[in-house]
Amino acid sequence: MRGRSWILAASLAAALAVLGARAPSGFAAEERVIAVSAERFKFTPAVIELKAGETVVLEITSLDRKHGFQVPDLNVDESIEPGKVTRVRVTAAKAGTIPFHCSVFCGSGHEEMAGEIVVKP
Amino acid sequence: MSEPKGRREFIQLLGFGGVVFASGLAGACTRLTRKSGGGDDDFFFVQLSDTHWGFKGPPNPEAADTLRQAVQAVNALPQQPDFIVFTGDLTHTTDDEAERRKRMREFKAIVDGLKAPVQRYMPGEHDASLDHGKAFEEHFGATHYSFDHKGIHFAVIDNVSDPEGAIGGAQIDWLLSDLKPLPAGAPIVVFTHRPLFDLAPQWDWATKDGSKAIDLLQHWKNVTVFYGHIHQEHHFRTGAIAHHAAQSLIFPLPPPLSQPKRAALPWDPAHPRRGLGFREISVDESRLVLTLKEDSLEGVGPAQPAAAGGSY
Repeated sequence: MRGRSWILAASLAAALAVLGARAPSGFAAEERVIAVSAERFKFTPAVIELKAGETVVLEITSLDRKHGFQVPDLNVDESIEPGKVTRVRVTAAKAGTIPFHCSVFCGSGHEEMAGEIVVKP
Repeated sequence: MSEPKGRREFIQLLGFGGVVFASGLAGACTRLTRKSGGGDDDFFFVQLSDTHWGFKGPPNPEAADTLRQAVQAVNALPQQPDFIVFTGDLTHTTDDEAERRKRMREFKAIVDGLKAPVQRYMPGEHDASLDHGKAFEEHFGATHYSFDHKGIHFAVIDNVSDPEGAIGGAQIDWLLSDLKPLPAGAPIVVFTHRPLFDLAPQWDWATKDGSKAIDLLQHWKNVTVFYGHIHQEHHFRTGAIAHHAAQSLIFPLPPPLSQPKRAALPWDPAHPRRGLGFREISVDESRLVLTLKEDSLEGVGPAQPAAAGGSY
């Protein structure tokens, strides 16, 4: 998916829909924006909570080096470059928990650099 | 050193390519035939994986000794293998470039004590992902290569020097040019670190462009892949290709997606070294049947003094 200006991914199992984009434009004004920072070896917040049916935009930035933001269940895999904002649009259809993790090896704690998208009813 | 008490005689008879994989538990197992009944042209090699030299932590309070224990266990085999292959994560990662090289020197000094005449190496992400394989190449040579041994073609694929866990187009092109001269029925063994297939992408147990390698390898009928990374024995097929993950020599990890998070299984003082071990792979004279034997380090005695591994 990397390299596209827009990303469309869907997971039936997760019942979520995701749109990701590097370009800052194209998001509806009413969509909630959630800032997510990535640094060795954690995402903040590590748990991203949504309500079922809600659409949010994740604005992901790196505080130190190149990381990755991968949500395999949603077929999302984005590079998080320092100095850039990577935007991923998520629409939650129904309740569920979707894991995400850093997909660029970043050191001795890389395996623990992970989090969850928790969609509440 | 005596035969390890905990050695597990879990023998699996399998064929390359299209032969059905048969579990030892399904009644299709056989005793290893090297010592009696094997053909004169049989040979075997040993796979060691994920030694993570330099690791310190509760999942393995004996980490400073485990590699030496493995060397001693392999040296104690009734026969020595034709070669030993290390399928990555020779060292545990460190940001300190000098420390990284020190760990590689220490690793080399210890495995220099192996009796087997030849060792083959490849990197894991802990060895290579922070510097794109630079330190590894300095100490162990190329990160991808091929060689032939007694009628089998072996190809080593690097899916870790790219920190995103990809093989890359250039290496895929190399693999194609390397394999292209081989007939469709040629026996081929692939060594790599990460699984080439999507075993558990949620736990980063995959290769980003592994499907390209698998699509390429499918053109040959007798392909077997041995890999590491997941710190446990695992067997899987993609089409005609058999994939076998090895135990680690540092700490075991849980079965794929068996719990919410990937985390090392805790050290069990009642069963030290449980889940750690290595693999013997015997090849019959037809070159089309491989026999796997999983050896455990559980029950292996304490390592000999460090001097056995030489000085650093």
